[in-house]
Amino acid sequence: MIQLRCHPGVGPIVRGVALVAQDDFSARYDLDRSRGVFSREAHRLHGQSYVGRILVLNTAKGGVASAWMLRDMVERGLAPAGLLFNRVNPILAQGAVFAGLALMDRFDGNVTSLIATGDELELDPAQGLISITQRTIG
Amino acid sequence: MTIALDDEAAAMRAGAFGEARRLAIEHQIAVGDFFDAPDFVAVTQAHVMGDTESLGEAGVAYVERLAALPEAERRTRIPTITDPRGLDFAAYRRLGQTEAMAALERRAAHALEALGVLMTNTCINYQTVMPPTRGEHLAMGDTGVAIYCNSVFGARTNFEGGPSALAAGLTGRTPRYGYHLDRYRRATRHFVVDAPLRDLADWGALGALIGRSCNSYWEVPVIEGVTVSPGSDALKQLGAAMASFGSTALFHLVGLTAEARDLGDVSDGSLPEPTVIRLGDIEGLYKRYEAPGEKVDVVVFSAPQLSLMELDDLARRLDGRTVHPETDLLIATSPENKSAADRMGLTRRIEAAGGLVLEGVCFYQSYAREMAEAMGWHRLMTPSAKLANIIGGYGYAPTLGTVEQCVDAAVVGRISA
Repeated sequence: MIQLRCHPGVGPIVRGVALVAQDDFSARYDLDRSRGVFSREAHRLHGQSYVGRILVLNTAKGGVASAWMLRDMVERGLAPAGLLFNRVNPILAQGAVFAGLALMDRFDGNVTSLIATGDELELDPAQGLISITQRTIG
Repeated sequence: MTIALDDEAAAMRAGAFGEARRLAIEHQIAVGDFFDAPDFVAVTQAHVMGDTESLGEAGVAYVERLAALPEAERRTRIPTITDPRGLDFAAYRRLGQTEAMAALERRAAHALEALGVLMTNTCINYQTVMPPTRGEHLAMGDTGVAIYCNSVFGARTNFEGGPSALAAGLTGRTPRYGYHLDRYRRATRHFVVDAPLRDLADWGALGALIGRSCNSYWEVPVIEGVTVSPGSDALKQLGAAMASFGSTALFHLVGLTAEARDLGDVSDGSLPEPTVIRLGDIEGLYKRYEAPGEKVDVVVFSAPQLSLMELDDLARRLDGRTVHPETDLLIATSPENKSAADRMGLTRRIEAAGGLVLEGVCFYQSYAREMAEAMGWHRLMTPSAKLANIIGGYGYAPTLGTVEQCVDAAVVGRISA
């Protein structure tokens, strides 16, 4: 089992399957939150469902709206299980705290390369520890 | 690192100031720890994103929960103002927004008012409500507001999302990290502008290019080559686009902005080689969105809201002209500017030409996807690079144009070939 370390994050311990892209993230710019899919055509995850997945992306972009939106997504059952970034901005951190969503960043290395789509992960934000419990085949 | 609490903050955490302030300080402690904030800093203003498209039912329910607390426990401690709301109560039916949206918006406003929040409904509060002063610590809840206050005025704020800005209003403080600290305010990227900037949209395009290049909240661009102050509306577009494309929160324009009289003020000489931005780069940004000859469904002046001077400019451009019957022209401004525009006859002139002046909203924060579906809009034209960047995610096909091109498109109903 591979383990990755990062800065202590926020939110609970969670398990889930990774959905990875080198792109950035904004709940307002990129998502159709009513359907739970990436809706921005220019995003590499366009058309894919993020519900229940652990999103692994580069950084946060754009506006402040994600700070409110994450909690609403969680309460409607249309949220990712967790969020991993190379580096976030304050908005996503604030939003994750408000939503009670696991979020971690500041890894040794590029997290979008260290983790592949389909990997099964366990996130322990308080410890700054990610366990890859099952590597994706291929 | 664990954030240090003074006696008052510790008492808030223990519940001595009631449930609202306890929830607020707990939220701020978690955020402060995540960013290794050493302690809290007192802030003089908080600015809260309160549109219901962002809040959602969950956000509204949270604010209502606070609003149900005893008055002494729920009232904000410092002047706390709001970003644009989700719809204009005077115009929402014309734009396909629903009674359910209006009802949620009324609930949010009612709850925020119960907390003592001033419903300014504006993203240009630095032009219209209370410009900050140099060194003033703030909790600003709109990226365009934050970057303008940090850069042009030399005030100090991070991007404070709605829950955090509201928390700052309740506690009167915010965790001291990021742009509250001197060391984060030094330039990390270097740009030289070698292009004529003739239109407000050109300033947005410049901001887009710099923001996209920086692409991180933690990068601070310093910009040389701009020798004449372009005025507040141009810097508004520059900052809003930079923040939108790059999540940038602070820029320095050498010789113009508060902390950069010269390059040495913001850099110790270790900057990387400058990136030169030329006319071709600016034109390339426009090209990305171009659609010559195509029918335009809606032309939008918004993001950020328009100043009184911009409203005057549009009224002059529209005098004697008529908006095409198959194209909508929307112009968003703050309630204060709308009132002034009404009083000065600008609204009447714009609406006589077929435009619609909206109050207290900013297009993309007002259920843009649902509006598109209800109104049959797809092709949107705007002079706001920020709006062009955002609105694609809502299913629109955006085109960026100069102010003149946008007015012409509204009148002709098509983008000039």
